[in-house]
Amino acid sequence: MLGLDADRLRADLNRLLAFLFHQGILDEQYLQLQQLQDESSPNFVSEVVNIYFHESEKLLRNLRSSLMDREFSDYDKMGIHLNQFIGSSSSIGAKRVRNVCVAFRAASDQYNRAGCLRALELLEHEYCILKNKLHELFQIEQQRLLAAGVRYPMLN
Amino acid sequence: MGLKLQQSYHHSVTVKVNEQMGTKRGYTFIQANRAWLPKFLLLWVMVMAFLSTWIYKKMDADNKVRRKEVLSSMCDQRARMLQDQFSVSVNHVHALAILVSTFHYYKDPSAIDQETFAEYTARTAFERPLLSGVAYAERVVYSEREKFERQHGWTIKTMKREPSPIRDEYAPVIFSQETVSYIESLDMMSGEEDRENILRARATGKAVLTSPFRLLGSHHLGVVLTFPVYKSKLPPSLTEQERIEATAGYLGGAFDVESLVENLLGQLAGNQAILVNVYDITNSSDHLIMYGHQNQDGDLALLHESKLDFGDPFRKHQMICRYHQKAPTSWTALTTAFLFFVICLLVGYILYGAAIHIVKVEDDFHEMEELKVRAEAADVAKSQFLATVSHEIRTPMNGILGMLALLLDTDLSSTQRDYAQTAQVCGKALITLINEVLDRAKIEAGKLELETVPFDLRSILDDVLSLFSEKSRNKGVELAVFVSDKVPEMVMGDPGRFRQIITNLVGNSVKFTERGHIFVKVHLAENPKPTEDPKAETCLNGGSDEDALVSGARQFKTLSGYEAADERNSWDSFKHLVADEELRYDSSVKMKAADEASQSVTLMVSVEDTGIGIPLIAQDRVFMPFMQADSSTSRNYGGTGIGLSITKCLVELMGGHISFISRPQVGSTFSFTTVFGRCKRASFSDTKKPNAEDLPSGFRGLKAVVVDGKPVRAAVTRYHLKRLGILVEFANSVKIAASACGKNGSSCGSKTQPDMVLVEKDSWLSGEDGGLSLRTLDRQQNGHVFKSPKMILLATNITNAELEKAKAAGFADTTIMKPLRASMVAACLQQVLGTGKKRQPGRGMLNGSSVLGSLLCGKKILVVDDNMVNRRVAAGALKKFGAAVECAESGKAALKLLQLPHSFDACFMDIQMPEMDGFEATRRIRMMESQANEQMNGVTEEGSIRTGEWHIPILAMTADVIHATYDECLKCGMDGYVSKPFEEENLYLAVAKFFKTKPISDS
Repeated sequence: MLGLDADRLRADLNRLLAFLFHQGILDEQYLQLQQLQDESSPNFVSEVVNIYFHESEKLLRNLRSSLMDREFSDYDKMGIHLNQFIGSSSSIGAKRVRNVCVAFRAASDQYNRAGCLRALELLEHEYCILKNKLHELFQIEQQRLLAAGVRYPMLN
Repeated sequence: MGLKLQQSYHHSVTVKVNEQMGTKRGYTFIQANRAWLPKFLLLWVMVMAFLSTWIYKKMDADNKVRRKEVLSSMCDQRARMLQDQFSVSVNHVHALAILVSTFHYYKDPSAIDQETFAEYTARTAFERPLLSGVAYAERVVYSEREKFERQHGWTIKTMKREPSPIRDEYAPVIFSQETVSYIESLDMMSGEEDRENILRARATGKAVLTSPFRLLGSHHLGVVLTFPVYKSKLPPSLTEQERIEATAGYLGGAFDVESLVENLLGQLAGNQAILVNVYDITNSSDHLIMYGHQNQDGDLALLHESKLDFGDPFRKHQMICRYHQKAPTSWTALTTAFLFFVICLLVGYILYGAAIHIVKVEDDFHEMEELKVRAEAADVAKSQFLATVSHEIRTPMNGILGMLALLLDTDLSSTQRDYAQTAQVCGKALITLINEVLDRAKIEAGKLELETVPFDLRSILDDVLSLFSEKSRNKGVELAVFVSDKVPEMVMGDPGRFRQIITNLVGNSVKFTERGHIFVKVHLAENPKPTEDPKAETCLNGGSDEDALVSGARQFKTLSGYEAADERNSWDSFKHLVADEELRYDSSVKMKAADEASQSVTLMVSVEDTGIGIPLIAQDRVFMPFMQADSSTSRNYGGTGIGLSITKCLVELMGGHISFISRPQVGSTFSFTTVFGRCKRASFSDTKKPNAEDLPSGFRGLKAVVVDGKPVRAAVTRYHLKRLGILVEFANSVKIAASACGKNGSSCGSKTQPDMVLVEKDSWLSGEDGGLSLRTLDRQQNGHVFKSPKMILLATNITNAELEKAKAAGFADTTIMKPLRASMVAACLQQVLGTGKKRQPGRGMLNGSSVLGSLLCGKKILVVDDNMVNRRVAAGALKKFGAAVECAESGKAALKLLQLPHSFDACFMDIQMPEMDGFEATRRIRMMESQANEQMNGVTEEGSIRTGEWHIPILAMTADVIHATYDECLKCGMDGYVSKPFEEENLYLAVAKFFKTKPISDS
């Protein structure tokens, strides 16, 4: 029973991953990240992703607060934030977030405030999608591990 | 957003239009002076009017001069004649005077009396045509009057026929011509003019003339000529008085000037034209008229005067001639001038008209140009609009598709699933279309830029083929690719776009082909090889001609045996290509040298199918967007017809051109050329590793026999095998293969024993004795202990029954499904050739990471990155390879950690960091190191410099791998760079560069 469940979960996981890849939400880098996870660091991916969420939320807050400010002019600082965002996003393979960030940076390079605001909204939207999807992914992963963990003793 | 974008775009378009107008409008001379044109015309007309007037005047003046000359010559002529006639008459009168003096006075008694004189003068009158008559008057002084009167018997009378009063002397006429006999006995001294004449004549001794007066009798104007007659011959030097004394009488004659001149003029031509007047101008203030009417009208403007000399020095005469009529208006001059004017007027008008026309045409031209610019701008705007809009559509479409995918993942009833799937298929079709439109628009807007990266052409072709393998297999269409060996392994270009082109063409072919084959062939475009090696031909072909005849009545030497539109891919020409390659191995060094010489390589790619072909009428619009052969095409086969136009654009962007040959119901062959750059050696070796990963090298040196009746297909099979390093021989049928094996087995031993035999399904089925000979083949091989060749069946599609049959026939090993791909073939062969070989690629992979592990194992590495996530990932990646990782979150922290002496073996440095970026941090680290090195060298002279030097390898981590960045990395002292995010191969490459030497020096 449980073993079957694990297989189903694995299929679900794969389907979700395929979907994320197809939608361009994630790219190969995520797989690279997964490959780095082994027995020595079993929670590597979730650890990194959690750091990512933490950092990103901070960055998003900063971006929003600085853009909400009426007499806002510090585009350089925003560029630094965005560079960070781009770097971390590409590290975990969040392709779409990264692309939006690139567009955002382009807008900020041109001091295009309207463009920045639009990009920020889009970014928040994308980020939200990413976060939900990754949470979903981790949930399934955890279930799978649980299921697999249950199964192994039975087999042994 | 869209609206605003459009607005701003519209603005930019108008600006552009204006700019173009400003720069393009060049004015010609005529255009610049268009306002002046009517004035020019007017000026021209005026100038011409003036000119023609001048011409008229000139001609008229010429006429006048000529008229004047005519007049003067006529006048002079008349005057001369008159003068001549006059002097002739005068001479004759002179002769008469001498006659009288001779015969009247010198003879005694006188020999002349009235009768004689009258008769003589009458008979000589023709000599004096101008004289109405002559008479002789004797000088009688008063004292002799009575005696004289007595002697003659009449009294002397005055002119008024009265008896003469008493005078000092008289001059009565004694002899007279009959015509003037009425003056006999008249005293000539009584007439005023006659008296003066007589006195003057006897004083001068010459002929004298009176002023004109009305003659007696005729009442014509006339003059009287008087000659003195002396009594004796006079010596020339006599005083006046003596002459008077010696005077005996006077001979006189009357000139009837009027009739005289009348006669004279009557004889001359042009008499009517001119009017002649003769004047006595002795008294210069009062001209006396001798001939002509005083107040006759005539052309008063023009007259000519001629002097007349009648032999009397005292009297002066002149002749005045003028024309009767005024000078006639000169019609020639007038018409000439007028015609000239008219012609010039016309010429002027023509020029004016031409200028006006030019102006109009130029105006039109400018207008057209403006319209053209606008149209072009509109076209660009359209493309940009399309690009924008399709981009905008794509985003929500992705959402729709994603949601549909999610929906399909949920629990749905079958109907719902069907609906959702339909929606997803439609959505996918729509997004493909949008992508195509976007591509097209991008190309039209000139936005599409091609990459130049090294890529492996062959693997791309394999990928494309694998995309379509499912479809083609279902249809039973044979799909094959062949790349000439001369095509370099790696080329520089845009792999994505190349793939797109191939996918488009092959996709089309798959769509329209129901039987036969689709064949993609790539070779060098510069392939003019007329030399064919007959030996190679026979060698390769064997008895293929017979075979072709045997296997079917209408069998073509193409891949599948179906007829193809373009003959170029049939075996006849294809074998040259293959033969070429054979030759190439012989002279590979030479060829390689030639290959290296040129920077670019032009490839000729052709995609041949045996589909329905393109109708002839549609062939010329195949490359036009949204055009399909006819509307039924899209009904039957779907598609938008934009693919080929994009393909064409892409091919042209790549510096090539595309063409096709198609025959309806036979097939189409699309061929295009494209220019790629050659890979340089250095980058070649760099990039070779990640790209050529999929072809294991474990088959190198193996031998295979391909059994295939169709040489083209055999060549394709060989191409794939050759890529795996397998040596290939051909056999036309199983029988030949079997015999060849047998021969090899017996004569040459195991050395040339093939490792595998690949048999094409067709040749296996067509050979009647297929099974039998296979068995023999098997048996023979069984004779050899160590190795039996593996039997492999090649098939496009195969039914279960056939499969069973094949297994029974001896193809126990495996069946390779077409289309062939090197990687797939490799996988199958691995499976066939057993476990020993299977392990090989896996081991290779293990080797890669274990090498990296050994390189990094135990190394202490510092990762500097401000981004926590990146830091974590980098650390994770490095830890995986056994390195001990420490992190620093800024350049400053890194500097602190790297204070000498430290124990780090390497440092990965992010470039973009706030406060202090990677470049700056590296510079400082290097500065620190060089200081330390100097100090150390100063202190420890004997210490080995090489081991003692501080130089920590610093690798840049950067997201953009532009060359410029790389250069800058090197400039500030970094040793290399790793592109972010980390990838195993990249990391390996970067690390290997310096750790390879470093451990040696360390250990």
